[in-house]
Amino acid sequence: MTQLKMGEMWAVVKEKYSIFLVLLTLFFVCSLTNPNFLSINNLSNISRQLSVTTILAFGETILIISGMIDLSAGSVLALSGVLAVSAFKATGSLTLAFTVGVVTGVVCSLINALMITDLRVPPFIATLAMQTMARGAALLYTKGQNILQLGRFVIFGQGSIQGLPIPIVFLAVIFAVTWYVLRHTRFGRSLYAIGGNEEAAVASGINVRLVKYKAFLFNGVLVGIAGVLFMSRVNAGLPNGAINFEFQALTAAIIGGTSFSGGIGTAAGTLAGAFIVGFLDNIMNLTGVDSYVQQIVRGAIIALAVIYDIWAKVRRRTRRTLGASKGQAP
Amino acid sequence: MAEKYRLRVSQVTKLFPGVVALDKIDFAVKSGSVHVLCGENGAGKSTLMKIINGVYQADEGQIFIDDCPVRIGSPADARRLGISMIFQELSSVPELTVAENLFLGEWPTNAFGKVNWTQMRKRTLQLLREENLKYSPETKLRDLTVSDVQMLEITKAVSRNSSIVIMDEPTSAITQKEVEALFDKIRALKSRGVSIIYISHKLDEIFRIADEITVFRDGRAVEAHPASELDIDKVISMMVGRKLENSYPKESVSLGAPLLEVKGLRGEAFRDVDFYVRRGEIVGFAGLMGAGRTEVMRAVFGLDPIHAGTVRMEGKAVRARSVAGSIRSGIAMLSEDRRRYGIIPVRSVRENCVLASLYRVIHGGRLHKEQESKLVTQMFGRMRVKTPSFETSIQALSGGNQQKVLLAKWMLRDPDVLILDEPTRGIDVGAKYEIYRLMTELAKEGKAIVMVSSELPELLGMCDRIYVMRQGVVAGELKKEEFSQELIMKYAATKAGDSDTTGGTHQ
Repeated sequence: MTQLKMGEMWAVVKEKYSIFLVLLTLFFVCSLTNPNFLSINNLSNISRQLSVTTILAFGETILIISGMIDLSAGSVLALSGVLAVSAFKATGSLTLAFTVGVVTGVVCSLINALMITDLRVPPFIATLAMQTMARGAALLYTKGQNILQLGRFVIFGQGSIQGLPIPIVFLAVIFAVTWYVLRHTRFGRSLYAIGGNEEAAVASGINVRLVKYKAFLFNGVLVGIAGVLFMSRVNAGLPNGAINFEFQALTAAIIGGTSFSGGIGTAAGTLAGAFIVGFLDNIMNLTGVDSYVQQIVRGAIIALAVIYDIWAKVRRRTRRTLGASKGQAP
Repeated sequence: MAEKYRLRVSQVTKLFPGVVALDKIDFAVKSGSVHVLCGENGAGKSTLMKIINGVYQADEGQIFIDDCPVRIGSPADARRLGISMIFQELSSVPELTVAENLFLGEWPTNAFGKVNWTQMRKRTLQLLREENLKYSPETKLRDLTVSDVQMLEITKAVSRNSSIVIMDEPTSAITQKEVEALFDKIRALKSRGVSIIYISHKLDEIFRIADEITVFRDGRAVEAHPASELDIDKVISMMVGRKLENSYPKESVSLGAPLLEVKGLRGEAFRDVDFYVRRGEIVGFAGLMGAGRTEVMRAVFGLDPIHAGTVRMEGKAVRARSVAGSIRSGIAMLSEDRRRYGIIPVRSVRENCVLASLYRVIHGGRLHKEQESKLVTQMFGRMRVKTPSFETSIQALSGGNQQKVLLAKWMLRDPDVLILDEPTRGIDVGAKYEIYRLMTELAKEGKAIVMVSSELPELLGMCDRIYVMRQGVVAGELKKEEFSQELIMKYAATKAGDSDTTGGTHQ
């Protein structure tokens, strides 16, 4: 009995922390493969590059946990970004520009929520429609032209606080908030419940509609911030920028163990997932791996992560037989 | 003994990591007979059936068919040997037609692999006619009732000339009338010489068809007896390995003031529903499937909208027509469909347990983990939940333990009115008893309990009063002294005019 319990616990630990073991192993392998990898400069560069898509990934994580998805993140990011940029150009106010970016992200995201909850459009379709609409809006607003010479606006993407790059500060804060929301709030527990079994969540008294709106609100804020950071980092308002960023974000979430069937996922897992991708890309660049090969590797990693996820599920179910038989033992 | 066995299992052992699921099982089924398997969940019945059906392989032991040793390496092997299994969760595809399902995986094809639809349709029609089934080969499965689909599964087994048919809890989701049809079918199969292995928890009905009964306990086949030598009490004591002195631990409680009052409730599937429950009272809802009992309870709980009527708690109208509102006014409801409306399968038993009372563990801006563990420990102790750890996902528990976790979830919320919809469906005798015990305990604390059930014995055994529903209306109300199965069935199954024995009935 005690032994069985230990085995069960070890299985839980393994399931919970394997992603961090992978990250750590990768980190060591990379450090040994290439001396440049471990330099402060390189690591800070990786984080800076990762920050935008990883911020999106936390939004996606929250949505996937509750059984939804946002395919419009990249396009909405672009729209938020160009609107923020032009607000800055018009007024010179960084605060206003930032606010415009966030509000745009929130509005688009809430429209997604409206379509999904009240109009009952499947999340995949609703956000796919928003993807096209938001991109169109960004192009329409800018007449397809890039906005250049942003001046002080670049501080969001290129500045530092106490030696820490601002995007990394944002990333750290957003990670902490996501972690806290998922672990320490009723909203977080409700997200897991809805993604795990929406009808049971309703029957337990959870206001599913409200929780879904909140999830998209959270996501919208993140997309807006990402928009400001991205345009600021590239020093331009690019209506055609950030294409497919939602897929990079989804990749991080999936590799980090977020389950597409809903109900499973953590902030730390997603962060680890993002860095696994980041380290891999970086080491492949440093060692001069062909960029087409890189793409194949990235795809294979996604497949591997999902295959692992499915195996873990099978194992969980095997344990079910075991637990069931054991439950009746005298 | 010259007795001929169609199927014999000798000294079969199956090990799962850390558990002996089956321990040297001997088990034999005669040709043309119905052999019933009883036992608590996890006693090993399903494991043995999966071995016979080729889903699992035995670690030791031998299976014989018609006294020839066989090896069953896969369900396809089992099918070749004439074994068919009709699963608890029916294994058909709802979006496909009757014909397509009937030949699922074995569609008649020509040399190029093209399905021969004409032939398939012809053979389906013929089979349906032979089996006296009235639907057309083009009907989609999702448009059929559970019992229709079940009959189809049996037809499928017949079409394959199976000589051994295994049925796992075939009556758990069908009405009394459909049960009769099923039993007729079983008798017909038997007369054709088919051997039937029948797994069931419903002890009152197995005696109507069983030729022999084997009881499983803790991975051992306890004893096999001709059905004529057994009765329900003997089977129960063999299942639990002890005597249950009283299968319904009902105690009389002095009844208080009405707590929940429902007046003139009307919804999609019911109308003019009036009922009330007093403190300390256990009120039953009887009726056939589809009579509207579940729908009424869902509406009372705020899950479905109502068109008219009021729900009052202690005289005050329950205003907010939402689940959250009902819970706040002190109503809790355990759904009949545990998997659909109950558990969050992938989440831990701990999270499932506190789901309806998050405010008790998450407040002041953070999760109070120690508090959570304390509450869960307390509730699991009271409910006698058996789980390897709090972090085990709830889907890993047996049905009975899942049900206890869900009960714990509502107990944690400390409701005044507890609506239990089919609380003992598909769970084993031991867990049933625990649930009855808890109901009695709650009644003694002055809670009001509503129990919807399709098992008349448990309604008669546990309730103080019983409402009977038929076709969306309350057809009758029985006080304790009037309790009888016959009266309930009369209200449940006949028209109001006919049940009035004093009135002149004109045919």
